[in-house]
Amino acid sequence: MDRKVVVPGDLLSEDAKRSGEGTYIRNGSVYSLLYGLANFRDKINVIPLAGKYVPGPGDNVIGVVKDITFSNWIVDINSPYDGLLHISEFPKRIESDDMSKYLRIGSSIMTRVKDVDPTMKVELTLNDRKLGQIKAGQVIDISHTRVPRLIGKGGSMISMLKKELNCNIFVGQNGRIWIHGGAEDMDLALKTIALIEREAHTNGLTDRVVGFLKTEKGARS
Amino acid sequence: MDETDITFFKDGLRLDGRRADQLRPVKIEVGVLARADGSCYIEMGGNKVIAAVYGPREVHPRHLQEVSRAIVRYRYNMASFSVEERKRPGPDRRSYELSKVSREALEPVILTSFFPRSVIDVFVEVLQADAGTRTAGINAAAVALADAGIPMKSMISSCAAGKVADTIVLDPMKEEDNFGQADLPIAMTPNGDITLMQMDGGLTPDEFRRAVEMAMKGARDIYEIQRQALVNKYSQLTDPGHVEAVVQ
Repeated sequence: MDRKVVVPGDLLSEDAKRSGEGTYIRNGSVYSLLYGLANFRDKINVIPLAGKYVPGPGDNVIGVVKDITFSNWIVDINSPYDGLLHISEFPKRIESDDMSKYLRIGSSIMTRVKDVDPTMKVELTLNDRKLGQIKAGQVIDISHTRVPRLIGKGGSMISMLKKELNCNIFVGQNGRIWIHGGAEDMDLALKTIALIEREAHTNGLTDRVVGFLKTEKGARS
Repeated sequence: MDETDITFFKDGLRLDGRRADQLRPVKIEVGVLARADGSCYIEMGGNKVIAAVYGPREVHPRHLQEVSRAIVRYRYNMASFSVEERKRPGPDRRSYELSKVSREALEPVILTSFFPRSVIDVFVEVLQADAGTRTAGINAAAVALADAGIPMKSMISSCAAGKVADTIVLDPMKEEDNFGQADLPIAMTPNGDITLMQMDGGLTPDEFRRAVEMAMKGARDIYEIQRQALVNKYSQLTDPGHVEAVVQ
């Protein structure tokens, strides 16, 4: 794979059709918008090394309730924009007065972005069996720019991790990750995720992670 | 101005041994502040400046927010110990003006429409001043913005030209700035779109053209150093980026 470090304004291609994410077109040429890694495939995408998470519809995220209004929970989703979880998006019908009995300030939830409007009002939902309040396990923060590497192509990395680590893992697009499993398995999961975050920019990452897990497990038994 | 008895040139070289069209040594470090989203430390000759970028983040106070784009706030501040005679701390007329023109130098390349209802905060602290702190601040701020992952159409580089003893010089230092005849700082994108131009003193139209040309060449050289600093930060991700370059 052809990759290169680029800074904003670098010329990437003279063919406007190859413009992908993190690029823009001026006078028929493609330039970089970001400081990051450019991937030269059919389309040229620039993957940033840093930046804030901007929610998009359909994203799974992990949030923390920070306020309760008449009919909404206001949820911090590690982004410049707060999420709104409306009372009707709770899996069961509840009264406004009882909201704090179900989710209190400080409660962590696995949730999904239902819709984002142009003024960046972010609507969340809990209406899915995968979603709900976090009652056990651990949540760790990584940079949201590393999340695609943690999931892998078509989910290859994350399904391998779930199987090998014997843990439940929920990856939030906002860079928060929930892990639940036995104490030893969780320790190893934390180490593995730290490794992926550190080496997210390198080639052949999945193979290296498999090797890492094999030696760690070998040391344990 | 002219009646000072300073001689600016000795054997065709300037007081610090530079040629007329030579920059002072530039050193740039990227990612020096752990808790900022992006940061940069720059030394341009005797200037030592640190820039921090926070955001995009929620706007406080609320009434400043714009529905369709991010706002940019830029604060230029000189430390009280940055000059020989202690400077009274806090904002003054000069720093208000520099904050405004520096913000307007950077804003045209930032894609503010990507982040409605948010703010991008840039803080520039001058730790040591030796003429040309606004240009150093803008150079540092541009690198810090890139480091924060903020989408920009291009980088911004900034450099000044001046006139001393009837000669056009690049990147004036303190003596040349204080006792010279003119000072002309500019900021621009690498392809030559100027986003800031100020002038202090007087130049003839011909001198002005030569000074702009010289400052633009200086800014292009600084762009290469900015770029190298960012590339180096990536290649040694575990260490803060570090580049030292002396432009001949």
